[in-house]
Amino acid sequence: MAKQATDTLNGIILEEEARLTLRELCDACVVNADFICELVDEGMLEPAGQEKSHWYFTGISLRRVRRAQRLQRDLGINLAGVALALDLLDEVDQLREQLNRLSVPGQE
Amino acid sequence: MKFKDYYEVMGVNRDATQDEIKRAYRKLARKYHPDVSKQADAEERFKEVGEAYEVLKDPEKRAAYDQLGANWKAGQDFQAPPDWDAGFEFTGGGYTGGFGDDAGAHSDFFESLFGQGFRGAGPAGPGSRGGFHVGGTDHHAKVLIDLDDAMNGATRSISLRVPEVDARGHVTTRERVLKVNIPKGVKQGQHIRLAGQGNRGIGEGKPGDLYLEIEFNPHSIYRVEGRDVYLDLPVAPWEAALGASIKVPTPAGPVDMKIKPQSANGSKLRLSGRGIPGKPPGDLYVTLQIALPPATTDKAKEIYRDMRQALDFNPRARLGV
Repeated sequence: MAKQATDTLNGIILEEEARLTLRELCDACVVNADFICELVDEGMLEPAGQEKSHWYFTGISLRRVRRAQRLQRDLGINLAGVALALDLLDEVDQLREQLNRLSVPGQE
Repeated sequence: MKFKDYYEVMGVNRDATQDEIKRAYRKLARKYHPDVSKQADAEERFKEVGEAYEVLKDPEKRAAYDQLGANWKAGQDFQAPPDWDAGFEFTGGGYTGGFGDDAGAHSDFFESLFGQGFRGAGPAGPGSRGGFHVGGTDHHAKVLIDLDDAMNGATRSISLRVPEVDARGHVTTRERVLKVNIPKGVKQGQHIRLAGQGNRGIGEGKPGDLYLEIEFNPHSIYRVEGRDVYLDLPVAPWEAALGASIKVPTPAGPVDMKIKPQSANGSKLRLSGRGIPGKPPGDLYVTLQIALPPATTDKAKEIYRDMRQALDFNPRARLGV
């Protein structure tokens, strides 16, 4: 443990550099492939590639899966509800960013 | 240890029905869910509500808790009376599983009452046998950086509080310090993924990952959106009217910029590639704001009077007055 305090770690920027296969996404989120397929069916994830075996997910997918898992488990909402919540949350984030851009710096 | 009033946390009366408790929980869970709420203490509140619900939703635990009496006030010093739970059997029923689902999410107060009895039932408990492997959970943390850090890259020390279960099944938190490189060009809200740096697994389970969410400290003059940087630039009326070459601050240092004659207040100018570096780099957007010279001296007042006489200018012409 003491060693870890001195080494400097390099991560990857999830939103830009990460590219995951279905298998890797399942492992990273500790879910089975069925759950991921349901999210794809619901339109929550949009993998590149036609066949499942050639699917590629962006790093943002990883966050969406984790978020979907938590919302489903903690709030007891079904997948359609989770999909709606994720879309609305994305919109809220965008609006917050715009608001932030229009606000005067130094004044909160 | 402080007493926790679970009824107060849930905002229900002590005689609330199980249905009322469930409704109160659902409402509060939606409000404070860390994926939904931006409130600074949302995660803490969410865990608190989860813990209260853990007790109140279970008739056995609720009855045992009620037995402590209604005279306790939240925050009072509390020690569980010996054998307080005699006659109750906590059969578990599992955790609600809060955000980040770490086993150490519950308070000392909760642990002192319900910790021993039913934790053993869970896979993370001291009773886990050899051969039992569970992958570690992911750990999430926020990192505050300055615009300069995104411009140039930086190193940050991050201290994490890691829950650990000791040999006797007690949960303690340990501080762990990591040094992490913040890559140049990182954007607000992006996540840095550090594979294998999350919570440790059980047995031969793989450790989880660590996710660092990047958040920018508000800057005194710039606003940041993605890699683009926004700046309000004050200009003198004559600079806007006649055109000028003026100095503009950018995150990488001042540059010269030309203003066209007849520039209006609020005009936007783009300095390509002068935002946060990256592929592609962001731009710097400059909004002109015409600043009025103060009329505090006789000389300045005279010039304003001259303008009034020399210029046939009605700023409200478009308003029809």
